[in-house]
Amino acid sequence: MENKVLMKGTDAIGEAAIQAGCKCYFGYPITPQNEIPEYMARRIEEVGGVFLQGESEIASINMVLGAAASGVRAMTSSSSPGISLKQEGMSFLAAMELPAVIVNIMRGGPGLGNIAPAQGDYYQATRGGGHGDYRTPVFAPAAIQELYDITMDAFDIADMYRTPVMIMGDGMMGQMMEPIVLNKRKEINLPVKDYILTGADGRPSRIMRSLILDVMEMEEHNWKLKRKYDLMRSRLPSCEEFMTDGAKLVIVAYGTAARIAKGAVKRARRDGVAVGLLRPISLWPFPDKAIQNLAKEVKNFLVFEMSTGQMVDDVIMALKGKAECEFYGRPGGVVPTPAEIERIIGRYWVQRGL
Amino acid sequence: MNKVFSKPKYLKDVPFHYCPGCGHSIIHRLIAELIDEMNMGLRIIGVPPAGCAVLAYNYFDIDMCEAPHGRGCAVATGFKRSQPDKIVFTYQGDGDMAAIGTAETLHAANRGERITSIFVNNAVYGMTGGQMAPTTLLGQKTSTSPYGRRADVEGYPLLITELIASLKGAAYVARNSLATPAKILAAKRSIKKAFEVQMQGIGYSLVEILSPCPTNWKLSAIDSFKLLETRMEKEFPIGVLKDVTKAKEEA
Repeated sequence: MENKVLMKGTDAIGEAAIQAGCKCYFGYPITPQNEIPEYMARRIEEVGGVFLQGESEIASINMVLGAAASGVRAMTSSSSPGISLKQEGMSFLAAMELPAVIVNIMRGGPGLGNIAPAQGDYYQATRGGGHGDYRTPVFAPAAIQELYDITMDAFDIADMYRTPVMIMGDGMMGQMMEPIVLNKRKEINLPVKDYILTGADGRPSRIMRSLILDVMEMEEHNWKLKRKYDLMRSRLPSCEEFMTDGAKLVIVAYGTAARIAKGAVKRARRDGVAVGLLRPISLWPFPDKAIQNLAKEVKNFLVFEMSTGQMVDDVIMALKGKAECEFYGRPGGVVPTPAEIERIIGRYWVQRGL
Repeated sequence: MNKVFSKPKYLKDVPFHYCPGCGHSIIHRLIAELIDEMNMGLRIIGVPPAGCAVLAYNYFDIDMCEAPHGRGCAVATGFKRSQPDKIVFTYQGDGDMAAIGTAETLHAANRGERITSIFVNNAVYGMTGGQMAPTTLLGQKTSTSPYGRRADVEGYPLLITELIASLKGAAYVARNSLATPAKILAAKRSIKKAFEVQMQGIGYSLVEILSPCPTNWKLSAIDSFKLLETRMEKEFPIGVLKDVTKAKEEA
């Protein structure tokens, strides 16, 4: 039998980062993710790494930038308002093609909002977030094991594509405890870091910059990034399909919302309602091919988010009018029960005459 | 024939883009000479700012990483914490250091980061075309203080170097001026000391350098250098503000 340990989401993120070889953590306290910096403060020195509490989220992400340019695996974490502050740094990381892992344990917003689980940062995460023409790979785990595994993978993806990578959770994912297996890191071949700044010893000096005044050169850099994003689009989309066999209605939900929806789908199936769930794991790149495949048979989709509706846009774009798409949302930090979502499924089922 | 003057080894053989009479090229030269003289070239990492000196990486023949505006000390912290054996310096202007980057600067200094900041104060935002800086003098006209800086409207020139000298993490803090050749040589001595303090691992080091901006001051180069003495040095007194190595010697 595999050795399982009971672990909280935030600790799973921290331990996965350690196992992935993260050697620098920089962050600033904000609820509901304080247990990540607290875990790293205790743990990272044991593996010879550096923990430093920055004076702000802005400082922290820029410390990550310096560590990433040094060739060291580095991360930061925060929650919604703090992630807004990190967007400047993330734009620079994207421009300079520097790897980093950024965790967003989302809370209710806009503004200070509250500290309850919410999913209002989907647009910010998947549309670039900061200024300029870039994308950030974003992953939204829905179980602690997945949180652990994806955090480890995130460091590899960051190094493979030289990009900041975001992990999106919410207060529920952060605080929840589940038994997990502390999987060892998969060894994969990663490109040599031939860009890092370590002092020009035995090689010509290097510069790391995002300022490209020549418009033709800047355009070329933009297209270069675009080619990289296209490559990620072809390789990184991931999702889970649950009870979609013979489904006439498919719920699309991610993260905590998907866990709730899964419960609702199980209950509805018991009552003979042919409903399934598609759970995007990668939010960018969005698993639109999986949705298009389902839409060959399924003509009714219902998107459930803990927001007023953001991912629903990506679902509608993926469907290209091939199926109906409705939305149900609970923003503000409200966490509905599976019974509530089951009622919504039932209502929609009847309305559509399914 | 003896060669008595040449470009420092660690400056690339390209012309500076800086305006005639600008102080950046002088300061670049001082730093490049010291990188050579102190054998730092193979283990130094520079962090240029947003501003006129953003293109410093086109001139220094060393590893350099651009920082977002004001974030130089945070980026340098990331470098130094992950590579403690390297020499890390930031090169920052007044807006970068004392306005948008005040928090990053003060906290890096207060943590005693083993980094060195070269702070070029010309009392104006140069690259963006001469707007008011945190260090703009009272009465000084800029494009965003067209009536001259007024204390009751725009506040006073910010003496960030004095603020930093008051922090326990700061080990060496000096202010120099480019007004005369003798003062330029004194500036070089301060920068040298600042790098030595970093190598000794005793804390943060900072050298502020009062530098002319003839273009945005709308003065000739000669008058700009004169103004350094007649106005700038009055508001920003030059000298060593703090030197913990000296205090240790005396103790």
